[in-house]
Amino acid sequence: MVTTTELPAQPRDQRPVRRIGMRQRLGRWDVKLSPYLFISPFFILFAVTGLFPLAYTAVVSIHKWNLLTGQGPLVGLQNYIDVLHQPFFWKAMRNTVSIFALSTIPQVILALVIAAVLNANLRARTFWRMGVLVPYVVAPVAVALIFGQIFSDQSGMVNAILAKVGIDPIGWHSNVLASHLAIATMVNYRWTGYTTLVILAAMQAIPSDLFEAAIIDGASRVRQFFSVTIPMIRPTLIFVIITSTIGGLQIFDEPTMFDQQNSATTAGGADGQFVTVTMYLYQLGWGSQNNLGRSAAVAWLLFLVILLISLVNFWFTQRIASDSGAKRRARKVRS
Amino acid sequence: MSAPSIPVIAQSAGKGAARAAARQRGHHGSGADRRPGWVTYAVLTVVLLIAVYPLYYAFLIASSTKEDVARHPIPSLVPGSHLIDNMISVVTSDIGFWSALLNSVIVSSVTAVSVVMFSTLAGFSFAKLRFRGRGPLLVFVIATTAIPTQLGVVPLFLVMKQLHLIGKLPAVIIPALVTAFGVFWMTQYLEGALPYELIEAARVDGANMFRTFWSIALPAARPAATMLGLFAFVANWTNYFWPLVVLGAVPGKTTLPVALKMLQAHYYADYSQVMAGVFVSVLPLLILFFVAGRQLVSGIMQGAVKG
Repeated sequence: MVTTTELPAQPRDQRPVRRIGMRQRLGRWDVKLSPYLFISPFFILFAVTGLFPLAYTAVVSIHKWNLLTGQGPLVGLQNYIDVLHQPFFWKAMRNTVSIFALSTIPQVILALVIAAVLNANLRARTFWRMGVLVPYVVAPVAVALIFGQIFSDQSGMVNAILAKVGIDPIGWHSNVLASHLAIATMVNYRWTGYTTLVILAAMQAIPSDLFEAAIIDGASRVRQFFSVTIPMIRPTLIFVIITSTIGGLQIFDEPTMFDQQNSATTAGGADGQFVTVTMYLYQLGWGSQNNLGRSAAVAWLLFLVILLISLVNFWFTQRIASDSGAKRRARKVRS
Repeated sequence: MSAPSIPVIAQSAGKGAARAAARQRGHHGSGADRRPGWVTYAVLTVVLLIAVYPLYYAFLIASSTKEDVARHPIPSLVPGSHLIDNMISVVTSDIGFWSALLNSVIVSSVTAVSVVMFSTLAGFSFAKLRFRGRGPLLVFVIATTAIPTQLGVVPLFLVMKQLHLIGKLPAVIIPALVTAFGVFWMTQYLEGALPYELIEAARVDGANMFRTFWSIALPAARPAATMLGLFAFVANWTNYFWPLVVLGAVPGKTTLPVALKMLQAHYYADYSQVMAGVFVSVLPLLILFFVAGRQLVSGIMQGAVKG
């Protein structure tokens, strides 16, 4: 009241009030809109470069679509039918699943063992952990070139060592299973250390009183590993297996580089003995045929296979883990 | 079978017995703290040798001549004297080594910075701000980390063709600017690392939302951001498939992994040259590993616990 009498006019009194109102309104917009603004770069870029292409693969796959001449007429499921009738597609699928199995199963087992060893109270802990991770920074292309030479049919180191112990040289590039083994070795080389650290982290998160209880129950080291450690790290194992399914079934770099004879193509060996689905996809779209429609059909089929194998893995891993250890004991008590 | 650990004794036979047992064993900690024997170190040494030998093998081959390689399939452990010669002939060959190196540096750096920025921005929003649709959107992000988006390669190629980017670096960079994993990772980290009080204090001081992000959230996110940046850098440095599709095996216009492939085609039978190329291409990341390997290790282990 006193202040108003001292101030000459009303507008001067109103102005600051209005300014605060403006600022408040701006502030409210700031609070309301900013969260959306902050997440929008991710969602926009992801929609354009990730989600849309994946969905649009379905559209391309039901058209005749050439790399050079572009979109052709709608052909329905013809591309799928054509692809499924190619023996080469089935060869690629067989190889992919075989390489995937040879690289995932030994890798998880090896990683489990190394993680269990690393889980001890080591001196120079960080040194050993970094040591297992070295291969991770080597590009798959480089890994493949190195191992391609180590597994070389004629002048390779592995065959030379085998010769020393009196074993005939193995056709690492020409034989189907041997080439799958060699390629799986490359994958295992690069990823085992990474997987080991993931599993190690899960092992360290197990509360130690569980082990104390197992010791009181008279469980041996091995029994502790199978009855406490494995069931406790089950979510991590599922995570590891699912991610290696997604990555492993799309394998491209290693088998492509492994082909020393046809180094400019993605033929996967003279007889396609180690061609993979992604190599076939590349071949169809950007190789000799320029057939993006069929290429997209292969991508979509591979997507379905990844989904299927992921689900099977999930179901399988859950069964394994719940069969041994805690749950079985619980079931026994109940019955 | 190993003897029961100290806490077990403490629980079953009493504290006094535990103390006696600990004294007898000459340790002060519990069983888990016991130092492992030499067998453990022997096993780990073997693992370490297996991890390092292939790289050393590449170095050995790279330092010898074509004839040496043919004569000795099992290289001697002492390197030869031709490393520099072979490296020089690789970097001066017509695969365009220097531009490939430069392209790889550009692609990996730009994408690493961008992934960190956009992921932290979105992570801050998801972790600390309230807005309609937050829950479902976050679930969407997490779900997409498990979708193999690389399979959208055909339409993505068509998009890049529409934008006239085929053969140009932005075609490699743009799809790698954001990752769903990065957003998820930063959300997880900021949830625990950034107290609401700090944000409120900044707001009270009159900072707008972006200012709050820039001077409060970004500094708080630094440890996780460093790791995320490293992973993005490594992933893009080692990427081969997509650069091959959009850039092609064109000397001077592609990235290092694709150039390596050209090297293999080029020096078809001369493995000492090929391995020299491999060695040169691996070197930058090995140096990075010596500097920041510790962060990579803890990044993987933290991600594993949370993911």
